[in-house]
This record gives sequence, structure tokens and C-alpha cells, in this order.
Amino acid sequence: MSRILFVTTDQQRYDTLGCNGGTLARTPVVDALAAHGLRYERAVPSSVVCMPSRATMLTGQHPATHGVWMNGVPLADDAPSIAEVLRQTGYRTALIGKAHFEPFLDPFGRFAENALGALGPTPPGGSHRGFEHLELATHGVMGPLHYARWLRANHPEAMAGFYETLDADLQVNARGGGATGAPQVAVNPVAREWYHTDWVAQRTLDWLAGLADDDDWFCWMSFPDPHHPWDPPESEMRRIDWRDVALPAGYPARRDERERLLDDKPRHWRLWYDGALVSNYEAPATWVPATLTADQVREVNARNAVEVELIDEALGRVLEALDARGWDDDVDVVVTTDHGEFQGDFGLLFKGPYHVDSLMRLPLVWRPAPRRGIAPAVIDCPVGLIDLAPTFCALAGVEPPAFLEGRPLPTSPDEPTRPVLTEWDSELFGVDVHLRTITHDGYVCTTYLPGTVHDGSEGELYDLTDDPLQRVNRFDDPAVRALRDDLIGEARDVRPPTTPRREVVAPV
Amino acid sequence: MEDRVGEAVHRTRASVRRHVRIRRPAEVVWPYVGDPTRLAEWFTGIAECRVTGATRTVVTESGVAMPEEIVTNDPLARRFQYRITTALFHEHLSTIDVIDLDDGTCLAVYGVDANPATLALVIAGAAGDALHRLRELVEAT
Repeated sequence: MSRILFVTTDQQRYDTLGCNGGTLARTPVVDALAAHGLRYERAVPSSVVCMPSRATMLTGQHPATHGVWMNGVPLADDAPSIAEVLRQTGYRTALIGKAHFEPFLDPFGRFAENALGALGPTPPGGSHRGFEHLELATHGVMGPLHYARWLRANHPEAMAGFYETLDADLQVNARGGGATGAPQVAVNPVAREWYHTDWVAQRTLDWLAGLADDDDWFCWMSFPDPHHPWDPPESEMRRIDWRDVALPAGYPARRDERERLLDDKPRHWRLWYDGALVSNYEAPATWVPATLTADQVREVNARNAVEVELIDEALGRVLEALDARGWDDDVDVVVTTDHGEFQGDFGLLFKGPYHVDSLMRLPLVWRPAPRRGIAPAVIDCPVGLIDLAPTFCALAGVEPPAFLEGRPLPTSPDEPTRPVLTEWDSELFGVDVHLRTITHDGYVCTTYLPGTVHDGSEGELYDLTDDPLQRVNRFDDPAVRALRDDLIGEARDVRPPTTPRREVVAPV
Repeated sequence: MEDRVGEAVHRTRASVRRHVRIRRPAEVVWPYVGDPTRLAEWFTGIAECRVTGATRTVVTESGVAMPEEIVTNDPLARRFQYRITTALFHEHLSTIDVIDLDDGTCLAVYGVDANPATLALVIAGAAGDALHRLRELVEAT
């Protein structure tokens, strides 16, 4: 028997888990999985935004191959899918929670993903992208997805408590809330059991309950949190008083220090901070990062931590059910996220074309099925989310299809290291930004292609050991020139040729 | 104490353009564009299209009704322009040009100018797919 519980969150930092040294959120469930399994110290996404990163997890391909090069580019209908590979092998398959392989903003109803909510959990034809059961959710409660429909039908009075993720102009909402007026923060009176985190867990439990004892299955349980908006059930906010939250190590408390650090990086960093450049749709366009206060960082991080705790507890409920079913010995549990979040680092919030640990260092824990006899370990070498699909093939004993571009995750610290590629491309309303980043051998190296505010000569090079906060850009340091050039060469070698470019059809 | 910082440089208006080259002369393509009732034939996502005088109302597949004002319908220049008049838009003008390339082919260009900017991309994104559908439709005849 083989069962795979693939758990993803959205926009979660590495250091939000106790097992990774986090001290704010209590995450005993994931911590226990890490203690009995494999904890990856440097898991890296192929992209630091949702759609490309999620497409990589599903296809096992780089963005240059699967074609989702920025948010708003839909994954091709005929793109390969690891879920389909497993389904063809006889696995029961489900995706419960956030998918986001196709754009959300869809007034013409062109994308299949947005049509599924009206059809129930079983897609037409018996499967969609390899999943025979889909119940989808996203951050808000508007729109056509299953969770929004469920809440509208069963608890319409709770709708108004959620933060409106977009404003009247369909821009990411900049409206502030909570005690500090932080953007994308709201006091949400929703009952905990109606919030999407518990909904995802409950729908997962219900799906698992319908399986036969001897079914092989692959379940992607995909929590929309702790991505903004930060509007967890207010009843749970008693867990953490934001006033007691310490400022993160990455937050430079003095404004002149923040600005000096930003000025040492390629110019789009400072331009965004000052509100002088909006290069993408990932953060509120009308919000100026320089207005972020220390108290706002505290409140955002408190709410984020509560969301992380709720996810941990929801996962715990599912794991208890698996144990009660007698399945635990056969279940591989993989927990990760799609990308990170600034949460105050460098005086910034949200995400964008900024390839530093805040957005690129991800939580990744794999608790192998105990019957596999894999010894617990901490793996230091870089691995990519691109390696997940090949890992699932290996777990299922399936010959890896030729379309996969990653390799199975290492199971011991002794396995050879390998470079991991992260890319950013965005073209929005006349502004384009392009980054190519390699993480390898204790360094992260980014080169820039020519764009609106870059001439192609810019770069960033950080020593991850000596400079864990990535504050000293050594790209132009002659002492590491040879190393830098080697890393740039690796980025060229790893990146596959770009497939015919797909158009951006929506902001997100 | 933080110093006061400025407002964000935020584009409220955007202009987004899509185009396709079609292996048919402009005179063959133009009837699909110039007849405002035929939009639903080639604009994927539009389920219904009603025209009364200079007003066209389209209904999307997701059930959204969008009233439009036909601004230009020039068969000589082969230019069609319309404004979406729902309150969602502060400003909108879409322009479809069918340009003959004198070699048996033509260029169909769909430009969208809108405020808010986000909606320009939403409309143009759908228009890009629509142009590909238009090409398939015309080249199949």
C-alpha cells in the first residue's frame, strides 16, 4: 500500500515553524513529523509567486518549460501532472484547498478551474489535471470556488467579516485594519470551524473517509493561509498579543539603516520601498512600503503566526484520523509551501522580484512512511520544489516520466549537492523585471536581465553562512568573482530553453 | 519617529494590445468584427450578444452582463470601437482594427484602454484568446 499526503500552505516563511527555529507560532504537529522524518534546511521554489510555483509542483518542470512564467499566465490544459501519473497507476487522487493553476480574475468564465465549483467535487470526465476529486478554496470568500459557495450557502452572515482581498478597482487592497492599520489586516469574527483552514481539513477528512482500506491514494491538502489577507478568526487571536511580538531579525529598526541596505541592492528594491515603482500585482499598488511601522510588522506577524498554528492543528486532526484508520505506517507526509513572505525583512511586506531567504527559503518536511525505514535526518543541501514530483514517483514505485526536470529529494545529508534555479519574469503595464537565481554551495547568486529599471549588469551575491540576512551584496566583490561566475554558469546550465511564450491573460 | 513618505506611483489607467495575423484578406475578416451581433461567435467567454441601435449588451459565460456603447463602426477603415459602460470601469475604450497586408493576409489588432488598469488586462487577456479563435474560424472557411 502507498499513500501520500501532500500538504502545502501558501506564502509561508521557513522560520515560522518551531522545528526550523521559529519561536512565535507553536507547531507541534509539523515539528513531530520533522523529528521522525527529513527536515530540509534549504528548500527553494522555482518562482516566488503562486501560479508558477504551484505549476512547478504539479508538473515537476521549470517555469521555462511549463510556461507559467508569471501570475496571470494559465497553465496549459494539456500540461503534464504528477497527479495524473499517479491516477494512471491506480491511485485515488484529490486536491482540496488552493489550486491556482489558472487565473482567479475570470469574468468571462474561460478557465476550467473556476467552473468546477458549480459542478461539485467530481470534475467532468472523471478528473481534472489528474485529480478525481477537487474542492477548491482561496484566500477570500468571493468568487466561484467550492469554499466560497459553501460559506455563501451555509453561513452567509460570515461573509462580511472577511477582508476584501481586492479593492473596487480590482487591485490588491491596500486598506489597513486591525489595531495598527496594517495593509491586508482585518478583525474577522468568523467562527473557527467556518474558516477555510478547518474547512480544508474537514473536506480532506471526508474524502479520506470515503476511500477503501486498500486504496492507494494521493491527497494534496492545500491551505490558503498564511498568505495575506491576515484575517484569521478573531477568537483565536487571544493566543498571541501582537504587542509582545519581537521584531524579526531581518527588520532594520532604523529607517536610515533600512534605506542603506536597500540602496546596496539593485535599484528596484529601493524604488518599490519608496513607492516609486510598481512592477507586479503581488502587493497593493497604492501601498508604500516605507510607511510600514514596527507595530504593523508585529501585528502582521502575530496574525500570521495564529494562521500557522491553525494549520498545524488542522493537519493534526487529519493525521489522527489516518492513525485511527490504521494507515499511518503506509503514509508519506510531505509538508511545504509555494514561496515565502517578507514579514518585515528590509522593512517590506508581501513579495515580489526579490530573491532572498524571506521569499526563497521554504519549510519542507517529509515524514517518510514508517514502513520505509528511512532514518530521520536534517538535509542541508539545496533542494527544489521541482524535486517533489519525482519524489512522489519514487514513493509510488513509478518510473519517472520524461517530462520531469527535477530529481527525487535526498534522504541523507551525504548525497551530492546540486544547484537549484529560481526565476522571476514579470511584464505588467509597461514595466518588466527579470531575475535568474542559483542557490548552491552556501551562496545565492542572482543576475538581472535588461528591463525597465535594469541594464542587465546588476546582480546579487550573498554568502548564506556568513550573511544569513543577506545584507552584504558581494556581486561586485573581486574576491568572489570566480565563484560568482561559476554560479552564473550553473544558472545557464540548469535553465531549460524557453518554450513558446504564453500570454498573460489576467493580473492573477 | 518616521518621516512622512510620498504616495505610491500607481498606474490607474492601462493600455494593453493583442494581435494576430490571419491568412485571409481583411475584407473576409471584417464582417465578423464589423457586425456587432457576431461577437459571441469568436469571443470565447461571451455567451450572448444583443444589439439595439448603438448599444450592445454582452453576457459572459459567468453570467455578467456588460452594456456597451458602439463608438465607431467604420467599414472603410475597418475599425470597430466600443466602450463598456458599467460602473466597474471609470473609463474604457476597446479598438479592433483589421489591417490588410496586401498579400492575402491581414492583421487583427485588439487594443484595450481602461481605468482601472487591472480591467484593461482582464479584457485584453480574453481578447487575445478571442483573436486566436477568430483566426481559426476565418481560416477554416
